[in-house]
Amino acid sequence: MPTKKDLSKILEHELVPKHEVVSLEEGIEVLRKYGVRPEQLPWIKASDPVVRAIGARPGDIIKIVRKSPTGGEIVVYRYVVPG
Amino acid sequence: MSMSSGEKFIKAIKFGILSPDEIRRMSVVNIVSPETYDEDGTPISGSVMDPRLGAIEPGQTCPVCGNTMRACPGHFGHIELALPVINVLFVRHIYDILRAICAKCSRVKLPPNEMERYRTYLRKLRERYPLLATRFAEYLKRKAIKMSVCPHCGAKQPKIKLEKPTTFYEVSEDRKEMTRLNPITIRSRLERIPDEDLELIGYDPKDARPEWMVLTVLPVPPTTMRPSILVETGVRSEDDLTHKLVDIVRTNERLREHIAAGAPQIIIEDLWELLQYHVTTYLDNEVPGVPPAKHRSGRPLKTLAQRLKGKEGRFRGNLSGKRVDFSARTVISPDPYLSINEVGVPIDVAKVLTVPERVTPWNIDELRKYVLNGPNKWPGANYVITADGRRLDLRYVKDRKSIAESLAPGWIVERHLKDGDIVLFNRQPSLHRMSMMGHIVKVLPGKTFRLHLAVCPPYNADFDGDEMNLHVPQTEEARAEARVLLLVQNHILTPRYGGMIIGAIQDYISGAYILTSKSVLLTKEDVVDLLAAAGYVGEIPEPAILSPKKLWTGKQIISLFLPEDFNYHGRANISAGHLRCDDIECFWDSYVVVRKGKLLLGVLDKKSIGAEQQENLLHWLTKEYGVEYAKEFMDRLFRMFIRVLEKRGFTMRLDDVSIPDEAKKEINEILMEAFKRVQELVKMYLNGELELIPGRTLEETLEIKILEVLAEARDRAGEAAAKYLDPFNYAFVMARTGARGNILNLTQMAASLGQMTVRGERIWRGYMGRPLPHYERDDLGPLARGFVVNSFFSGLSPTEMFFHAAGGREGLVDTAVRTSQSGYMQRRLINALQDLYVEYDGTVRAADGSIVQFVYGEDGIDLMRAAHGKAVNIERIVERVVGWKM
Repeated sequence: MPTKKDLSKILEHELVPKHEVVSLEEGIEVLRKYGVRPEQLPWIKASDPVVRAIGARPGDIIKIVRKSPTGGEIVVYRYVVPG
Repeated sequence: MSMSSGEKFIKAIKFGILSPDEIRRMSVVNIVSPETYDEDGTPISGSVMDPRLGAIEPGQTCPVCGNTMRACPGHFGHIELALPVINVLFVRHIYDILRAICAKCSRVKLPPNEMERYRTYLRKLRERYPLLATRFAEYLKRKAIKMSVCPHCGAKQPKIKLEKPTTFYEVSEDRKEMTRLNPITIRSRLERIPDEDLELIGYDPKDARPEWMVLTVLPVPPTTMRPSILVETGVRSEDDLTHKLVDIVRTNERLREHIAAGAPQIIIEDLWELLQYHVTTYLDNEVPGVPPAKHRSGRPLKTLAQRLKGKEGRFRGNLSGKRVDFSARTVISPDPYLSINEVGVPIDVAKVLTVPERVTPWNIDELRKYVLNGPNKWPGANYVITADGRRLDLRYVKDRKSIAESLAPGWIVERHLKDGDIVLFNRQPSLHRMSMMGHIVKVLPGKTFRLHLAVCPPYNADFDGDEMNLHVPQTEEARAEARVLLLVQNHILTPRYGGMIIGAIQDYISGAYILTSKSVLLTKEDVVDLLAAAGYVGEIPEPAILSPKKLWTGKQIISLFLPEDFNYHGRANISAGHLRCDDIECFWDSYVVVRKGKLLLGVLDKKSIGAEQQENLLHWLTKEYGVEYAKEFMDRLFRMFIRVLEKRGFTMRLDDVSIPDEAKKEINEILMEAFKRVQELVKMYLNGELELIPGRTLEETLEIKILEVLAEARDRAGEAAAKYLDPFNYAFVMARTGARGNILNLTQMAASLGQMTVRGERIWRGYMGRPLPHYERDDLGPLARGFVVNSFFSGLSPTEMFFHAAGGREGLVDTAVRTSQSGYMQRRLINALQDLYVEYDGTVRAADGSIVQFVYGEDGIDLMRAAHGKAVNIERIVERVVGWKM
């Protein structure tokens, strides 16, 4: 079983893009922007190593900023679900 | 959104299991008689042909709904089974549930103190994450199955075994004793499960009580969905389902009688078993472990499951794939005199396919003429629909003249297909949207559909016997959509990568090259002839040469069709090898320059006007001047290119691949030198002096090196041969310009076929240590391992011919395997992705509005409108403005 410390290491890997839990207000803003209910966002499991590393809980919305070979920097969101 | 009160919306669809009560409630008759007709042929009441099951004879009124055959939908009956039987379609569920519940108290074997917690959790999940809820229920079910002692009553649990397909056994814990569970026992166990427990293992007790999976009443479908066929001799042939239902009724009644008569247990059990068999095969005649029920002729019966399943089943065959009217199919053949937007339709086809046209004061005279012509003379009409909706079949009308006269606005004439109509044209496999495009009809004599050669690439069509389908849209909306969205010219650019999929191919490229090459000078007669072929109307430009004779260049002719402000620079396809040019100063004329709409330098070939090319002359013309312009450009110029070849003659002959003796000698020397190097490599290998390639064994290293040497030798031989070929030899022109074939094909024809391979290896399989008995064992030399020294021109030796066939066979097998596999993969992908769409905010959504991608393709670019995957091509913009490529 990896410890919390082991998990936080994966965030430093160059292939792991930046993940962060968004605040409630920001989350509502995201939902309003796309006109969706939270479960209509793409899901990410609470057991996902990155989710555990940043300490997100089911119900949170995670913002991921990653580099795309075609689109430069791109912001996407994930909805944390139990599992 | 405001809605009128009458509208109803589907919020959800739920599937459940029919309960016995429900089956009885929807039934109009209890079926008890195994005999279907009496002597005089009237259906027996209370049999599976009971008249109450629906009106099937013309003129008969239904005793239940009072409708005639046309309107009566049919009504269900039912069979009261003497003893319950298992529904095969649910055995998996029954098996799981039996194991998940206590054999004694029928509670779900989960700890009583935790059940409430699970229940609330499950309900919460169901509200927000239905997908997770089903998974959690599945988990609980598995957990309950694992319990060997009931947590409610403490009873030890026997093991339950399922003997396929429908027999259950109980194996007691202590002694290895098997007792059979009959459907009655099973049903009573299932009945005793409390509703609250069922919820935990994923069943909704309102719509799917598990005891309903054991049948006590069987619904009998209406006669309308199992029609009998009357053979000419008057013999009635019943539907497979009817046969099966009769079997069920017969066994059921016999069973009932035996029970009433108090027959011995064995007889009853045998009959019960038989009833189970008949019900099983009635539901699904392909259950593993059950011999399929057969027709008298030995053909397996098509029962309920077989009606739905598979390619010809209800879903794939009748719902996703309906057969349609107003369609035609025939062989295709080429017609370079059509526009790319057109399709040639045989008169015979045009006389059958019709377009409904509403009569107005403006078209009444014309439509009268069509009606007068009738169904057999093109252009005529097949039907007339009067203002009050009556349909007159012109085939059976004696006096068409009077109908033509009584024609009035508001009537509809179904007239023959005529020039200018829009139709959909399609070739299977329909792999992309360009597989079905809108074409403008041109009615022609003959029996084949005709199409322009430039539309072959999008359909992937050729004329070796290909057939294509044609559909005539029947509503104004469909026709408008076809004209605006589906017309061929709107598909010149492919949405796959934004390049041209419609452009010059084969002869068009050869013709363009010949016309634009430097050596071609045209007399006034030539110029006029070519321009007439293109349908050009206008002035002839100043001749390039005035004296001693007025002569024009081909490039001048092309320039007449280019927009005046068009600039373009780019390499031609022939710009390779020693003809290579990278800028405007080009001796070989292999760099194309267009300035202010004048083709100044360079020959036109595949790179400039070819199909499936990107960012070439034709591509920029299409993007910058529109598809209408591109269509016109192609229609006119391509006709002219064909004319060029007609005037000059263009063919490939044997001489085109024959080379002089000195060239043969040179090629031989190249090959011999390579052979010597191979011998050296083999010697090094035998002496263990070969240096290993990382990650390869000694043998692999040797093979790789030998292949390298021989491939290089073949290429050099090809170059040597090309040196001696006349640059205007037809085969060579086609290869250089990209019209057809490549230099490798020429090399194989003129110089040497080179190394034959199977799975990327030299050919070695066959005998021990050698592929053919003509060679020594373990001969690693080129000839013994499938190197073909000869060319197609010089002819292959017997051993060479064998190696060539071995290599060729692999190619055939590969394509056969690849097409079937990629076809199935594509089917699965399309089924999975068909509901995705790009929302107006640029996100990709699934059908329920959930987000799949936040920005389409992560860059929001529509490939069809983009340049090389980028939103803008700055170089091109600069070139357009400055008139020069930076």
